[in-house]
Amino acid sequence: MDSLVEIRNLSAGYGQNIILRDVNLSIQQFDFVGVIGPNGGGKTTLLKALLGLLSPISGEINFSESMTEGNSHRIGYLPQINNIDRKFPVTVFDVVRSGLMSRKRLTGRYNSEENDRANELMLEMGISGIRNKAIGELSGGQIQRALLCRALVNSPKLLILDEPNTYVDNRFERELYEKLKVLNEKLSILLVSHDLGTISTYVKSYACVNGSLHYHSGNKVTPELLKSYECPIQIISHGEIPHTVLYNHKS
Amino acid sequence: MENLIALFNFGFFRNAFLAALVASITCGIIGTYIVSRRIVFISGGITHASFGGIGMGYYFGFDPILGAIVFGIMSALGIEFFTKRADLREDSAIAMLWSLGMALGVIFIFLTPGYAPNLMSYLFGNILTVSEGDLIYLFILAVFVISFFLIFYRMIIFVSFDEEFALTNNAPVRLFNALLISLVALTIVLNIRVVGIILVMSLLTIPQAIANLFTKRFDVMIFYSILFGFLGSITGLTISYIYDIPSGAAIIFTLVVIYGLMKTGFIIFGKANLKYRENIKG
Repeated sequence: MDSLVEIRNLSAGYGQNIILRDVNLSIQQFDFVGVIGPNGGGKTTLLKALLGLLSPISGEINFSESMTEGNSHRIGYLPQINNIDRKFPVTVFDVVRSGLMSRKRLTGRYNSEENDRANELMLEMGISGIRNKAIGELSGGQIQRALLCRALVNSPKLLILDEPNTYVDNRFERELYEKLKVLNEKLSILLVSHDLGTISTYVKSYACVNGSLHYHSGNKVTPELLKSYECPIQIISHGEIPHTVLYNHKS
Repeated sequence: MENLIALFNFGFFRNAFLAALVASITCGIIGTYIVSRRIVFISGGITHASFGGIGMGYYFGFDPILGAIVFGIMSALGIEFFTKRADLREDSAIAMLWSLGMALGVIFIFLTPGYAPNLMSYLFGNILTVSEGDLIYLFILAVFVISFFLIFYRMIIFVSFDEEFALTNNAPVRLFNALLISLVALTIVLNIRVVGIILVMSLLTIPQAIANLFTKRFDVMIFYSILFGFLGSITGLTISYIYDIPSGAAIIFTLVVIYGLMKTGFIIFGKANLKYRENIKG
């Protein structure tokens, strides 16, 4: 299997505050990694390092050749929805197309091929009817879909999602995961989530982040497994999917 | 009406009219950026910090507006720098520069021997005393702002809407932030002549608040802001001439009244609309 990203001995943090220590992870092609771990454990720090928003204190992140395009990486990024200013006066169509800006010059205009691609995606996600609405007029689920289109419009090889299950209703959550399952046939996915119960039926592997990182292939999560990886998590999940309850344990 | 048309025979009124037009255009564009990006407080800080430059202008005998431009841009970039790099709370940094600028202005004006002419016009502005020189500055700025937004519109929206996402796409976020905040500073300082330090922020926010009632799109919001900004300025200007009251205050008052009327209209119309819908359903 080809690995898209190799993280080697990565330490990262803010100033003197080192949050991630000596992390190793390789993201394989078509993998679906669920990134789990307690708040403050370094999930966000790992994402920021991968996205190039935070330079490593030590160690390195290497991207495969197929992941590199010009001076940017073929990563699609779906931020947490509460990072978005919902009152910003911008239309859905413009948000979706802005995912193409990395291949634009400063004065970028979109050509018809790019507009078609954006329209196609919006149709697929069921938001083409609201393409000319401002994002302030949309529901949380609709904004999420628009942001997902923005993340996908530049045909990424790796899709990174930061807690996509917060602030959206259950119905959309299920839809989103089903969509990700389909997308996963063509690209790799890294999903940060606090909702271990729901994602366990979709992910192919886990990365448990708590200062350090433990990668576990396969989607079965047992309390014993998490205990052995010194990963204190407590998750209760409701819904049709059988739920798992894991207890706190010493780190 | 004839009296109003006769006003255009006066040079000062023609200047005021042109100033209102050009100021509405720049404030419409820059104000929409300020409001969308929620940097109203930063802009208030820049406005007041520029008073330091005005004071220096008086003391050292150069054009106070030049001093204000330098202070305005330096405080704008200073706020950008301090909050991003020096780990200082943004609102604290703004408050510090805000009052530092005012303090320097007061000190220099106090030290300037004799009477400081036109000081009131910097504080409260007077669109009726706008000179041809001021107009040229305003006009150059307008051309620059319009071209900048026309050429880089997509990048401006991209960088402003979701800064983090733009950074992950290798967009020149820092460069654009710095350029845009400098344009904000220039717009503020040059419009000080029109409505004064104390009132200039309202020229950059009230037309946008009115525009926001009609639209939630950036480009359309600019258009409506210019329209209402101009309407308010001209009405205020005329009122100030007829009743002989300060023009800056008259303009702002008019704008707020327009906002109040429109908002009330929207509430009444909105409710009527709801009832209409309910009737159809029922």
